[in-house]
Amino acid sequence: MGYEFVALSLPPIVIGMLAAMACALPGNFLLLRRQSLIGDAISHVVLPGIVVAFLITGVISTIPMMFGAAAAALVAVVLIEAIRRLGKVEPGAAMGVVFTAMFAGGVLLLEQSDTSGVHLDVEHALYGNLESLIWLDAVGWSSLADPAALSGLPPELLRMALALLVVAGLTWLFWRPLKLSTFDEGFARSVGLPTGLIGLGIVVMAALAAVAAFDAVGSIIVIAMFICPPAAARLMTNRLESQIGWSMVFACLSAIIGYVLAGYGPMWIGAAASVSAAGMIATVSGLILAITALFAPHRRA
Amino acid sequence: MFEALTLQLGYNAVLVTLGSTALGVAAGAVGAFLYLRKRALVSDAISHATLPGLALAFLVMVGFGGDGRFLPGLMLGSALSAWAGLYAVSWITRKTRLPEDAAIGAVLSVFFGFGIVLLTVIQTMQSGRQAGLEGFLLGSTAGMLRSDALVIAAGGAIVLGATILLRRPMLMTAFDEGYAQVQGLNTARIDMALMVLVLAVTVVGLKIVGLILIVAMLIIPAVAARFWTENASRVAQLAALFGGMSGYIGAALSATAPDLPTGPIIVLVSFTLFALSLLLAPSRGVLASALRHRQLQHEVHLRQGLLALAHGQPVYESLTQRMLRSRGLMRADGVPTDKGRNAAAQALLDENRWQALRRIETLSSLAVRDDGLTRIGDVLTPDQVKLLDARLSPQGAA
Repeated sequence: MGYEFVALSLPPIVIGMLAAMACALPGNFLLLRRQSLIGDAISHVVLPGIVVAFLITGVISTIPMMFGAAAAALVAVVLIEAIRRLGKVEPGAAMGVVFTAMFAGGVLLLEQSDTSGVHLDVEHALYGNLESLIWLDAVGWSSLADPAALSGLPPELLRMALALLVVAGLTWLFWRPLKLSTFDEGFARSVGLPTGLIGLGIVVMAALAAVAAFDAVGSIIVIAMFICPPAAARLMTNRLESQIGWSMVFACLSAIIGYVLAGYGPMWIGAAASVSAAGMIATVSGLILAITALFAPHRRA
Repeated sequence: MFEALTLQLGYNAVLVTLGSTALGVAAGAVGAFLYLRKRALVSDAISHATLPGLALAFLVMVGFGGDGRFLPGLMLGSALSAWAGLYAVSWITRKTRLPEDAAIGAVLSVFFGFGIVLLTVIQTMQSGRQAGLEGFLLGSTAGMLRSDALVIAAGGAIVLGATILLRRPMLMTAFDEGYAQVQGLNTARIDMALMVLVLAVTVVGLKIVGLILIVAMLIIPAVAARFWTENASRVAQLAALFGGMSGYIGAALSATAPDLPTGPIIVLVSFTLFALSLLLAPSRGVLASALRHRQLQHEVHLRQGLLALAHGQPVYESLTQRMLRSRGLMRADGVPTDKGRNAAAQALLDENRWQALRRIETLSSLAVRDDGLTRIGDVLTPDQVKLLDARLSPQGAA
């Protein structure tokens, strides 16, 4: 049990927790600014980004794909703003136009290009690949103290940890302006804060988390974690500090319970194979939101 | 290409083309009302929420020993779970303090995630391997059955008919909810009817466009149509036309080559129509407003140039110089021509009259009309202008 758990289940659980927290943190600000669906839009446009990166470089490797995804997210944000301003289209509809068209473009490019020899498809972008992130060098719990074994950890783990660190660092560094401009944009502007820049910064931070996470865990978890843990946390408290704390707890709980249910749940009821961990983590985060919506102390306005 | 557009490309291609045209028309019309009601993205929650129902319907049909791919059965299942998703969105919005966009995002990701869990369950079953339920994510028209096409076309026609029947109350609700209520309309029930229509379009479109992209068929034609007209029922008609065109051209194009998937092509055709509308539409289009902006800029420059001439000041700004010269108002050395002097005097008189107007109590409310371009004769009657001139003359003498 010890060996199997450390090698096969621990890395995906930790990666899932890191990804969930990295997405939930900026999600708190998006929620309060009524921009939750930006996360949805970003995770759709990641697909054309990685396809274009693959077409240019011809290989499936992480760095170009991350650049492609980031570039696509940026293009999407610029296009949404342009359509909103130039065409005087309401933001929701502008977003709907852009992300569906870009996603359709991504699917078309994927069908047109020869990707039969490589692992690149729509399903991968949607569900990610959490179950395959295993740690072959581990022999048991003792491996956690063994530097040689630790270097064999899946690279996604380090990447997600780094992404979480960056997002958390930026939030900590710009805490006051972030908080001010989220709660009272007018006041923030009147004391001289660049509110437009701060708004863009939040979107960029969300894009960073989404791009880092999609490859490991897929778009479903990204969208669910942007919205569900912060929404559930919002129903628990009125203070932003505790809301962020709760959202981190809910994000971790979703990742752990979701992964365990997906990996071991079917065995408990006598079925043979496991089910999608990404889907189960999203489902658990939804259940947590449902419970808070029914019983949390601050669920009403 | 020509064969495709004239429906000569074989039985299956014709079926798909007719089906997606019907779907496009229905989606465009319904989407227009959704867009006017400013709830475009609710459709995103509805469409993603179809997935668990789709999978459950498959499981139930297989469980009873039937063929899990029976389309009407799958449609019924997806409609039920989309209904549950819609109910969840409205419950969260009404009963908690979370905003609607968070409710939409939560429902779409959670329902979709649960659907994926069920899909992986189906994949492990004996009969599930060839189920091809993944085809419903992005649509798959290869091997579409005659009965499937008929179900889709009939569904599209029913939705379109219901939309036409309900257009008046839906328009009134979209425009002015308060007025609609005063008129005795039950706006909550009409909104519900609109959502049922959106749900129907989604379920009908699953097979062709897939649940991720069906939102595009609801949103994009409506946004494109809005550029061309201010009249709401005209928006709905145009959106239906754009939707139908996208469905028809998209399906025909995708039939010309094997690696052109129908759903994405339809979406991209409709995005092209949108981009053309954004650029070219009269009055709301980008090109038209750029031209208007240029026109206004010229008028302002001309006016400022004339006022400078009237005050005997030199004109330095190059655009203004060019405009004054090309209209024969100023010579190359910067000295005004006779025509220029007259025009300058007119501009100055107009300016002074506006100034005088601000000092007259009965007229000063009109000062808001002074944008530096409007001639005062367009705002006042000749008698009022005379009144102003009477005020002006003593100052002129002094």
